[in-house]
Amino acid sequence: MTERELGLLDAEKLREDFEILSRTVRDGRPLVYLDSGATSQKPRQVLDAEREFYERHNAAVHRGAHQLAEEATDGYEAARATIAAFIGAQANEVVFTKNTTEAINLVAYAMSNSATAGEEHARFRIGPGDEVVVSEMEHHANLVPWQELCRRTGATLRWFSVTDEGRLDLANLDELVNERTKIVALAHQSNVLGTVNPVRTVIAKAHEFGALVLLDAAQSVPHMPVDVRELGADFLVFSGHKMLGPNGIGVLWGRPELLAAMPPFITGGSMIGVVYIDSATWADPPQRFEAGVPMAPQAVGLAAACDYLSAVGMENVRAYEHALTGYALKQVGALDGVRIIGPVDGEARGGTISFVVEDIHPHDVGQVLDDQGLAVRVGHHCAWPLHRRYNVVATTRASLYLYNTFADVDALVEGIKAAQRFFGTGPGA
Amino acid sequence: MYQEIILDHYRNPHNKGLREPHDGEAHHINPTCGDEVTLRVTLTPSPENALDGSATVSDVSYDSMGCSISQASASVLTDLLIGKTVDESMRVLDEFTEMMHSKGVGEPDEDVLEDAVAFVGVSKYPARIKCALLAWMAWKDATVQSMQSEPRGGGDGLEGAS
Repeated sequence: MTERELGLLDAEKLREDFEILSRTVRDGRPLVYLDSGATSQKPRQVLDAEREFYERHNAAVHRGAHQLAEEATDGYEAARATIAAFIGAQANEVVFTKNTTEAINLVAYAMSNSATAGEEHARFRIGPGDEVVVSEMEHHANLVPWQELCRRTGATLRWFSVTDEGRLDLANLDELVNERTKIVALAHQSNVLGTVNPVRTVIAKAHEFGALVLLDAAQSVPHMPVDVRELGADFLVFSGHKMLGPNGIGVLWGRPELLAAMPPFITGGSMIGVVYIDSATWADPPQRFEAGVPMAPQAVGLAAACDYLSAVGMENVRAYEHALTGYALKQVGALDGVRIIGPVDGEARGGTISFVVEDIHPHDVGQVLDDQGLAVRVGHHCAWPLHRRYNVVATTRASLYLYNTFADVDALVEGIKAAQRFFGTGPGA
Repeated sequence: MYQEIILDHYRNPHNKGLREPHDGEAHHINPTCGDEVTLRVTLTPSPENALDGSATVSDVSYDSMGCSISQASASVLTDLLIGKTVDESMRVLDEFTEMMHSKGVGEPDEDVLEDAVAFVGVSKYPARIKCALLAWMAWKDATVQSMQSEPRGGGDGLEGAS
């Protein structure tokens, strides 16, 4: 494989930054971490940034006038600018949330809260006769909040199907997205299938009818260059912990004119304009959506993660993972008795590979892999309707990241074979 | 963890397949993985015609979908509990539950648990404890339900409360 195909990325070198990757598990087995779709590991640079904040600058941000408060606030807001730049946005368009799930809930609740907010928030009102569109491949985080919004408001939930090959089925796009559509909430990249969805097509259709589009980018922002202006969505959400950053921080990006017209979700300190005993006014975005003392050390850590990824280069990350994914699809796909759930070609897909091993339950596959030091995810990966669609209860999922190697894929293949030998299934059984 | 007893029960499960008559039925799902079990209990009233702790668990049948641990656990359960009184069965359940929460260091009473002692190794793996307990929790629900049903008369096939 040429360097161009692989991208300019030296995984072995990067691994030195991730101390956890050199540890052993289960009786001295070297760890092979294939669960970055659930959460990524953190490089020393991210941990150092968070630690330095606590050791040097720790204070509650946007409160107090002492020096530490100033430094902490500067660090927090500089982190916002770095993270915004990472996705091609302006700082005031980035709202910090706990994670992707909270960011989606923020938008869903802002929509139902707009029913009792002033006329200036009418843009977000939703009720009987209106429609919300999702897809069969959504993570529960981008499904249940919309089910609940519909339940609260009387709106109707509709969804795109997926094809047998694991692609979004756009056959009824014209029927699904129409003048009744208020919002389309769609995965940018599936956390099970790995599919990268043709979001521009959906966005263009939704915008014909003035509908909003929210992209669940939890699985895309960590793995490919994402530019919010280029994509053209209205909202884009992602989590820090899946992109080398700390837990407890996520991002809602929104078009500034939309954020300005949105009522708040969580209310309390620091999201206010003026407070009287019986009423309050709200701050401008992004503060309007950041009630309470925010997670400044985590914001600083996430900014360090963005810097780390930018230094590697997101194009390089994408190219490397594309090569690695192609290899994994070929090696895993070639195993007898193994069926990949999701696209088997590497185009428009990321490095999340879910599969079924014939006659062995995913829990048992995972257990045998774990015994050999391989960390994978088993279950429905918070996408139960999608598993039902493919008539499987659960799958085993290996998800790759920039620190994985071709040897990791080989270990996975050997692990699957070991599971087949142990349970007496597969070739030669 | 995968003791031969567990693999044997997994490959050749006992009492699998739902049977009639039954007095109670419970359907349990493990929300983390989607595994399911539907389990039926039939009780024979005590000589005093009471459906209490002295009633006998005369049949347990089930249908299930899941991993080796959950499948084997259901199979072992039927072997252990069919023929025991409800009180005796509840003691077995308690002993089994305690073992599953012992983090692999429990010393289960083999006289009470028989083949089920093989699951002590599973208790070292927190993610798998639910798999082992799935059928047992369904059995408990189905049995409680059965005790609240009307005693079935001379084979009239009256189904229990649902």
